[in-house]
Amino acid sequence: MPEGISRQGVGDTGILSRNDFPSLFSALKGRGYRVVGPTVRDGAIVYGDLEGDADLPVGWTDRQEAGRYRLERRGDDALFGYNVGPHSWKKYLFPPHERLWTAHRKEESFEVTIEPNEAPPFAFLGVRACEVAAIEVQDRVFLGKYPDPGYRARRGRSLVIGVACGQAGATCFCTSMGTGPGLSEGYDLGITEILSPGPHRFLVRVGSPRGAELASDLPLTPAVTADHGRGKEIIERTAASMGRSMTTDGLRELMVDNLAHPRWEIVARRCLSCANCTLACPTCFCSTNEEMTALDATSAERWRRWDSCFNLGFTELHSAKVRSSGMSRYRQWLTHKLGTWHDQFGVSGCVGCGRCITWCPVGIDLTEEVAAIREPQGARPPPGGLA
Amino acid sequence: MSGNSEMSPRRPRLAVWKLASCDGCQLTLLDCEDELLAVAGAVDIAYFREATSAAVDGPYDLSLVEGSITTAADARRIREVRAATTTLVTIGACATAGGVQALRNLGDIDDFKKAVYARPEFISTLATSTPIRDHVPVDFELRGCPISKRQLLETLSAFLARRTPNVPTESVCLECKRRGNVCVLVAHGTPCLGPVTQAGCGAICPAFHRGCYGCFGPQDTVNAPPLLTELQQLGLSPPQLERLLRTFNAEAPAFRAAAESLGAGGEK
Ligand code: SF4
Ligand code: SF4
Ligand code: SF4
Repeated sequence: MPEGISRQGVGDTGILSRNDFPSLFSALKGRGYRVVGPTVRDGAIVYGDLEGDADLPVGWTDRQEAGRYRLERRGDDALFGYNVGPHSWKKYLFPPHERLWTAHRKEESFEVTIEPNEAPPFAFLGVRACEVAAIEVQDRVFLGKYPDPGYRARRGRSLVIGVACGQAGATCFCTSMGTGPGLSEGYDLGITEILSPGPHRFLVRVGSPRGAELASDLPLTPAVTADHGRGKEIIERTAASMGRSMTTDGLRELMVDNLAHPRWEIVARRCLSCANCTLACPTCFCSTNEEMTALDATSAERWRRWDSCFNLGFTELHSAKVRSSGMSRYRQWLTHKLGTWHDQFGVSGCVGCGRCITWCPVGIDLTEEVAAIREPQGARPPPGGLA
Repeated sequence: MSGNSEMSPRRPRLAVWKLASCDGCQLTLLDCEDELLAVAGAVDIAYFREATSAAVDGPYDLSLVEGSITTAADARRIREVRAATTTLVTIGACATAGGVQALRNLGDIDDFKKAVYARPEFISTLATSTPIRDHVPVDFELRGCPISKRQLLETLSAFLARRTPNVPTESVCLECKRRGNVCVLVAHGTPCLGPVTQAGCGAICPAFHRGCYGCFGPQDTVNAPPLLTELQQLGLSPPQLERLLRTFNAEAPAFRAAAESLGAGGEK
């Protein structure tokens, strides 16, 4: 039995040394998890399968701006010294393509086989605070009144290992949205990486009974006051360095009361209707279903794939396109995300991760759009009512 | 359809036609190695010069037409094909946009003839290369240079099941993001036409660190000016951008308009 704390309860903390970090991988694998998390690929930090800590972006960081992302070397060997990249955990919980069922023709009828959900449980390693919040937003979508069986199965088995952010990116604004940079809840194990002073180590906090079981596999030593103080400092420093901000007071009303604001036309002139923002967004959940039939007509499959409110085809109702202008599609996205999402799901659809800003090829920035709509002129009701 | 007596209806008759093109799209059908037997079992391949020389007269239930119209004879032939066909599907950038040979539309055909042929007077050709839909009604268009095998099989299956093919007209970026590619435009500063191009290829080029070349032609809601501004900021000059837009789908209206908007005046 390792020294230190052997039994952990929710809320307990401990210190994991850098040298002992690999024990987290062995503990997860020992418990049958498929470990996925940040890794460097093709010039970005994406989420993929992790064999061990060498697969993490050790010593890498990202520099982000509207429409621009670059990897850079850090001057140290931090394991989590970067922010969120183009991927989000939704690719695991709500996959981009998913077969829902297969139908086979029988003599006089057909038989439907629902797609089984037998994949091994995921351990999401390195989930940022805004991402924990994003997963909870999608829970409201997929586990609400009409639960999605696939999502429910995957989500129920997944383990969330959160990481507090030690720095904020230039497109981050989680503090504005109240989701980060520190972890508050919704994780099984929460980690704060401490690079200095003292040895490179991790302050680990247990967030759930499953996290407690996992923690009992780790060679944790007791966290002392200085560790807690340092952890707090790191989060405060990060919170003070947010690259973006958004005023959220009355945001829902701002959105729904300004449907005829001239700013929509201005942003639409720049918008490509490419849908990158929605696919990169960790909360956007729109999809489309398509049925594929086999050439010999003996079987058919229903597939679901990510779709987007920016697609013209997505706005088709009874063969008419209800949002045919780019303006109406951008407006639909933002007013839903920041406004009517509250009516539908009781929360904001935006967690302030900044992905839609960074990964928009032309750098459209929702924080800028909201600020422009907040300008006094927009607060007046439009002449002639809504267009 | 229940009793055995009705179980073997006549298989639909398929014809594959070639006009001004490189054969690449037709070859996509032969390239369906694993599925070829299923295709051959589902349809009666009645005319397919690339696969067999045995021509069969119409009528045809389904015609796949590759290539653009560049001669008066082609223009006549496509009318005959249309008249003999119930469902006509055009395949590839040539048939749907005029192809790379539509670059002739931007220049003087006599100059080209003189530059290329020793005896230009023997060359009988139209001044333009135009898509099939400019000549006859088309029931469905499959984009691409070449077309995607997956979309071709989907279209054939859909035709057989009398349903609409699942062929989205959205941007390549959707396929790119679904595939998990890192955006080459944002992360590498590599010029990419994905945001203005129709999906279908599976975002192959960005998966191999190349920008999209626009093989599938314009997506359904092209807004080119902001992308062109972005690409100029990445260092592309207006003539370079014009060249990027004027390849396989140069004469697709949205790409043509985008190229013209640059006012580069080059590449005639
Ligand atoms: S809207 Fe943008 S900033 Fe907000 S959660 Fe989605 S991607 Fe992140
Ligand atoms: S806001 Fe940006 S990423 Fe989103 S559809 Fe418009 S151009 Fe594309
Ligand atoms: S690489 Fe090209 S196709 Fe892919 S998301 Fe970026 S702009 Fe779109």
